[in-house]
Amino acid sequence: MAYPNDRKYTPEHEWILVEGDEASVGITEYAQEQLGAVVYVDLPEAGDTFDVGDTFGEVESVKSVSELYMPVAGEVQSVNTHLSAAPDIINDDPYEDGWLIRISMSDLSELDSLLDAAAYEASLS
Amino acid sequence: MSEPVIYDLSAPGKGVVTPPASPLPPLDVQAAFGSYAETDERARPHLPQVSEVEIMRHYTHLSAMNFGVDSGAYPLGSCTMKYNPRINEDACRLPGFAELHPAQPPTSAQGALRLMYELQTDLATASGFAATSLQPAAGAHGEYTALMVFRAALAARGEAKTRTVVLIPDTAHGTNPASVTMAGFTSKTIPSTEEGLVDVQALKAALGPDVAAFMLTNPNTVGIFDPQILEMTAAVHEAGAYAYCDGANFNAILGVVRPGDLGFDALHINLHKTFSTPHGGGGPGAGPICVTEELADFLPGPVVERVLAEGNTAAAGYRFVNPPRSIGRVRSWYGNFGVMVRAWVYIRALGAAGLRKVGQQAVLSANYLRVLLEGVFEVAYNRICMHEFVLSGAPFAKAYGVHTLDIAKRLLDFGFHPPTIYFPLIVEEAMMFEPTETEPLASLDALASALLSIAQEAETNPELLHSAPHSTPVRRLDEAGAARDPQLRWTNTTEVA
Repeated sequence: MAYPNDRKYTPEHEWILVEGDEASVGITEYAQEQLGAVVYVDLPEAGDTFDVGDTFGEVESVKSVSELYMPVAGEVQSVNTHLSAAPDIINDDPYEDGWLIRISMSDLSELDSLLDAAAYEASLS
Repeated sequence: MSEPVIYDLSAPGKGVVTPPASPLPPLDVQAAFGSYAETDERARPHLPQVSEVEIMRHYTHLSAMNFGVDSGAYPLGSCTMKYNPRINEDACRLPGFAELHPAQPPTSAQGALRLMYELQTDLATASGFAATSLQPAAGAHGEYTALMVFRAALAARGEAKTRTVVLIPDTAHGTNPASVTMAGFTSKTIPSTEEGLVDVQALKAALGPDVAAFMLTNPNTVGIFDPQILEMTAAVHEAGAYAYCDGANFNAILGVVRPGDLGFDALHINLHKTFSTPHGGGGPGAGPICVTEELADFLPGPVVERVLAEGNTAAAGYRFVNPPRSIGRVRSWYGNFGVMVRAWVYIRALGAAGLRKVGQQAVLSANYLRVLLEGVFEVAYNRICMHEFVLSGAPFAKAYGVHTLDIAKRLLDFGFHPPTIYFPLIVEEAMMFEPTETEPLASLDALASALLSIAQEAETNPELLHSAPHSTPVRRLDEAGAARDPQLRWTNTTEVA
């Protein structure tokens, strides 16, 4: 499985990719593989703010419902609206088209406590 | 074999019986019902026109395609799919029960009230509690009702506003956090140890003045009785919170251990699991709750009370009363009475000694099956289990690309209902087996032998599993498609006159 080096990871299988002042958040290849076919995603609204570790949404597959956790604190700038009609994008392309939310981060130092690709991959075995 | 929907069998003019013309004058519907008597196309029911023999065959075909515990083993973990004795059905159809009207005076339904009173008492006795409410209509409804009772008791202590958190282990049924949220509390997850037990240190660390209750299923969903229970309930009480027992797995300890003796304050009992009433069609179920003396006054009303009138025999009998500080009704009328009759009959048919054998035999069946499988399948937390155990399909997924879903679907080809899959969430590729005490030995052997054959097929012919089931009326269903794009209406392809 692939874990791109351009982003950070949480032990709960979210990734966060910093792009300028904002960051996008999604779930990893491992997470989508474990979930199986995703059938529904419940996402927050732009303007909602969360602390690190807060639940910001849910992803539901044919197997189970899993909560989504904030990798860092921040305010939601936008959400991936394509997912409501086509949640399977998360299975097909979890790192690009399957992003969940874009946020503005309130504390950049929180990124330091997240895992890099190698550490995340090691945590899976 | 595929069966059309009944509308596809319809053709104009086909019918069943044409009654003779009525001698009464026809009713002027418009005059009698005014605007309610809509006659436009939308208001007219499009009923299919089918001959009687076609109707009989249609529904007989459908019933033969159904799979129930009457057709074969149904080891659906955590659901306790035990056989439902037919004497239960006989009793609840007795005219004295079946033809009761809930609005008739209780003085004219004393037999029914007596049965409810005795069931209240029997359930409280079997679970070690002081009082019972029979109202909740299902297990999750019982959870919710008990949480509302906790809230009322906290309010009486002036702590309803400060105690808002309910602690739940990560092995819990999904209904627990749902009930917590519905009751206006916030849920917080307590992790499990590597042995599949509650992490007691994490529980103690989470207990505080903001905690209203701790909910525990014991035995838990990996089939293990948590031996730390007395320490946990003591810690919960010391912190001023209530301990709730999810009775989903009560079958395993029936007649052996009473949750009330373990320090719990409340419990729900799924009559449709432990007490052999039907799971059929999603209901009706019943999820009575039993509580301690301290909480009895808060139970939903009405409950049945026995009146002992010394010297005045006319006043003796049974009556409905509201507990003094009742949270109010949680169900219309008196709950699912027909379900109560079945549970009462089950209890009386087995007696105390028989109920104890239920728990013992359920545990023995699960362990027998577990031991037959443990060499080939990976058993999660492998040890002497209670009424159920969990296998992990992870080694098959890794080695052969065969997933738990494939194994479950292949089991259909062998004539068995699959286990509960992908639950509990803490076990990867989980398969949860609960054979129950009613499964005969030969059936347990056959189930094990089918699973061992499937394990071999996973290695030698994984494609057979990927494309299973092969012998069912319909093949592998598109579950993701059904969830993403549900087709909830039959579309009229031929005109129904």
